[in-house]
Amino acid sequence: MSNTQNNKPLIEVKNLKKYFDINTGMFRTRALKAVDDVSFDIMKGETLGLVGESGCGKTTVGRTLLHLYKPTSGEIIYDGKPIKTKADVNVCRKKATLVFQDPYSSLNPRMTVSDIIAEPLDIHKMYNTKEERRERVLELMARVGLNSEHASRYAHEFSGGQRQRIGIARSLAINPDFIVCDEPVSALDVSIQAQVINMFGELQEQLGLTYLFIAHDLLVVRHISNRIAVMYLGKMVELTDADTIYNRPLHPYSKALMSAVPMPDPNIARANQRIPLTGDIPSPLNAPSGCPFRTRCAHACERCSEETPAFREIEKGHFVACHRVEELN
Amino acid sequence: MALLEINDLHTSFFTDAGEVKAVNGISFNLERGKVLGIVGESGSGKSVTAYSIMQILASTGKIVGGSIKLDGEELVNSGEKTMRKIRGNKVSIIFQDPMTSLNPTHTIGHQIMESILLHTDRNKKEAYARAVEMLRLVNINEPEKRMKQYPHELSGGMRQRVVIAMALACEPDILIADEPTTALDVTIQAQILDLMTSLQKELGMAIIMITHDLGVVAQMCDEVIVMYAGSICEQGTADEIFYNPRHEYTKGLMRSIPTANTFGQRLQPITGTPIDLLNMPAGCPFAPRCDAAMKVCIKCKAERMQINDDHAAACWMNVKSGVESGEIEFAPADGEEKSENE
Repeated sequence: MSNTQNNKPLIEVKNLKKYFDINTGMFRTRALKAVDDVSFDIMKGETLGLVGESGCGKTTVGRTLLHLYKPTSGEIIYDGKPIKTKADVNVCRKKATLVFQDPYSSLNPRMTVSDIIAEPLDIHKMYNTKEERRERVLELMARVGLNSEHASRYAHEFSGGQRQRIGIARSLAINPDFIVCDEPVSALDVSIQAQVINMFGELQEQLGLTYLFIAHDLLVVRHISNRIAVMYLGKMVELTDADTIYNRPLHPYSKALMSAVPMPDPNIARANQRIPLTGDIPSPLNAPSGCPFRTRCAHACERCSEETPAFREIEKGHFVACHRVEELN
Repeated sequence: MALLEINDLHTSFFTDAGEVKAVNGISFNLERGKVLGIVGESGSGKSVTAYSIMQILASTGKIVGGSIKLDGEELVNSGEKTMRKIRGNKVSIIFQDPMTSLNPTHTIGHQIMESILLHTDRNKKEAYARAVEMLRLVNINEPEKRMKQYPHELSGGMRQRVVIAMALACEPDILIADEPTTALDVTIQAQILDLMTSLQKELGMAIIMITHDLGVVAQMCDEVIVMYAGSICEQGTADEIFYNPRHEYTKGLMRSIPTANTFGQRLQPITGTPIDLLNMPAGCPFAPRCDAAMKVCIKCKAERMQINDDHAAACWMNVKSGVESGEIEFAPADGEEKSENE
């Protein structure tokens, strides 16, 4: 929403991998490659949208960035400093935080709103007196448009949109630079969704925040993001600015994805020529060899099954992982 | 005669906190072979409308008034025996979450054959053949193998196809789809919506499509009903609703959704929160959130007003603009027009 302040990356991700060990039998495990060799940067003050089907690893990327999952390999550089030791992680935790998808399960029903919002302050000991804590909570509540009289209420007394505001206030408590928004509006009604989307934009302008915005609603992502990354089966397949990915996607998967978005306009929707995508996303336990998308791709050739396509910069700032991108476009 | 005629339907839930009027006097007709979309927020009564047609309401819910006529036959108070003949046979429903609407302890085949054996006089062998045929119809590969599988062995999109196959096995006249693609990814959603469109054309059934996604409505529906707080705000053809909305709530909805053109702009959300159905205001239920609300809106609820042949809305703004443009003669006879003058 806001323009990027400069071209310095806040977060650099290099060859990030996150494998989970899955029990496949007694004493046997197999690696589920949730995130497989992903590299990207997030610029200061920018919103990077991350889209893809469920199971493609977008949530895992978000959580691994915050070291909620320990990366299997690869490097995460936060503001110029690589995050390696536990001390690094703790520093990072004071600067980077998360907003969850479900405003119902992410708030403790036994805590009052003021305790929920102040919990990060308690953990990081960010106040000296009780009065200071109270003031900070009220300031945060005002910032997200909650009535300060409601500070002593419990989460169940609020509607979905208000609960999401509480979750956002909690995330803002530590004065973060970077917030991972993991499907923050998908549980909300359309009319409430717009209120929360606007709030994300306003907060970014006021506080200079950087977002990684994970969502499956492509219109919402398009609205809020500067750049958009498309993931498929643990790999990034395309990364470019938001306009380009909508108007001129290059990867066959991005093309199919964009054409599948139901546009809220009958004339456009009726005229839309969808690129049909047959079948389902393969299980990440049995990922195809070579290009992960080749089993559903209409343009797959022999090379696609033998060689994993590199994530290349096709034109300035436009990264695509496809062998045949030049001949197809 | 329309296939389905709903007239002044009232459905309430009797809870400890009081009577919740989930559906508060709605009327509409559904013609054969048409796709009708019902949109609204959660709690607007769109699902309860569907459950009322099927009479599968929770035990606290009851149809307290109005009539539902299917092919001229009255369904309200018709008794469980009649309803059993209708459910899954003349009217089928598919739910949002395909995992919870399939029984995890039975095979896919068993579940599809169940409704065929119940509603037709096919024997087991014929029912099996019909079930395989249905699976093939919804583009499931290796249907014979799938017949023996359990729901957990299938992916989400595949399960929803099975549910559709089940719903269509007896060739219903009406298919009610209650948020059929909300739990699915966009690419799978596109597959399912395409499948529903082609099946609808092939089998000539009518579809009631319940959704909160205006994109799905734009793509699928001939006619659209917009619901808010148990009432119909606006009803018309898809083109009329999208390009010529005449209720403030519909206009608000259209403004609040991100489109390709809203990047970098603020969305214009509807302010406030959805209404508490236990404390319904006397006037228009949307008035407390409406930027254009007038005194008359708070005092009394607008009746359905016919805008043109294809379009009706229940909003006083239409009277106001009508008076202003001189189309409606100003007659300060009863309460509503008087307050407009104030």
